[in-house]
Amino acid sequence: MTETTTRQVTFDVRRYEPGTDAEPHWESHRIDVLPGMTVLDGLWKVKELSAPSLAWRSSCRMGICGSCGMLINGRPRLACNTQIAELKSDVVAVAPLPNFSIIKDLVPDLRPMFETHRELMPYLIRDDVEEQDDPTREYWQTPHELEHYLQFSYCIKCGCCMAACPTVATDPQYAGPMPLGQAQRYDADSRDGGFAQRREALSGGRGPWRCHFAGECSQVCPKGVDPAKAIQLMKGEMVADLLRLRKRRAPAPLVEPPKGPRREEIPAAPERTVTEA
Amino acid sequence: MRDRTLWTWHIGAGLVILVLLGLHMTIMHLSATLGFLGVADAEPTEWASVAARAGSLFFTLTYVLLLGAALYHGFYGFRNILMELDPGRTLRRVIDVGLSVVGLALFAFGTWAALAAPGAATMGG
Repeated sequence: MTETTTRQVTFDVRRYEPGTDAEPHWESHRIDVLPGMTVLDGLWKVKELSAPSLAWRSSCRMGICGSCGMLINGRPRLACNTQIAELKSDVVAVAPLPNFSIIKDLVPDLRPMFETHRELMPYLIRDDVEEQDDPTREYWQTPHELEHYLQFSYCIKCGCCMAACPTVATDPQYAGPMPLGQAQRYDADSRDGGFAQRREALSGGRGPWRCHFAGECSQVCPKGVDPAKAIQLMKGEMVADLLRLRKRRAPAPLVEPPKGPRREEIPAAPERTVTEA
Repeated sequence: MRDRTLWTWHIGAGLVILVLLGLHMTIMHLSATLGFLGVADAEPTEWASVAARAGSLFFTLTYVLLLGAALYHGFYGFRNILMELDPGRTLRRVIDVGLSVVGLALFAFGTWAALAAPGAATMGG
């Protein structure tokens, strides 16, 4: 097969129209596929040719926005980041992410995930609120301290980990890998001082204790984040805190930005676009 | 933070099981190796050996400790399975109380069995 040869692929798409359909059902669409086409490209083609009412979420087309998480051939993936060729099948089965209710067709309702995410306070918690609103200096952080949370900060909140988690599938109280991983991302940040507040927010069944360490969340993450590791680290920190073995640290201090001439290869900051109140 | 405390005890019980079960396996199933090393020379399942262990305060304590750790570890795991079935608030309470009562009853019975064994340390044997 040459680079430009097309082949026929069947897209089995799970459809659901609330208010009309009693149950979700499958629809088959046969389309021509060119090398390099992603599952998202295939869905656009299906929509263009035979299913104009087909609904899904997508935006950036480059695996950054996290909108197009779907169950593709039985595995949660980003549609824009999945080549049809890599599936090595003439059938592409596309369904909405499991463990979420369906708004329409391939659109999952992610609101419960984001509500839990917000409740676990995924931001720096410090006393110097004014400094955060209007920065005058920098928070001191070493490259080593950055390593403690850097990989968790690559999360794009696509929900693939939540769809793969066997505990989320059975336990509605459990917060799930994304919110827990992001809570740990801030707990591990040396600039943050909100461990005690997040610890209280994590009480009860929503905390990390129900995690079986199945590891599916880390397996399916399209950004290579390891939420399972974050949850185990969180357990360790919280147990150490219970046993009074956790190192207490003050949030990173404020320091003056480095003085001296700017390095030539670093461009100057753009002008402020927000005016003073 | 009750869940954090329960989970911490669960892990602690697991560590206790690891040590005490290791001790049990060594004594009961590595007797040939222990004999070769000159640590023990009697068959561990012989009546005299069993009675000697039952008469030892150390072994009696390890039996009771292993029983408690295994019961807690197992019942906590069982509770987790039941909780994932998403029971209502009342049923959760029933599960918590029910498992606690059954676990404590089994612990009491097992402890009595360890202490009441012929020649047990507390019986003056």
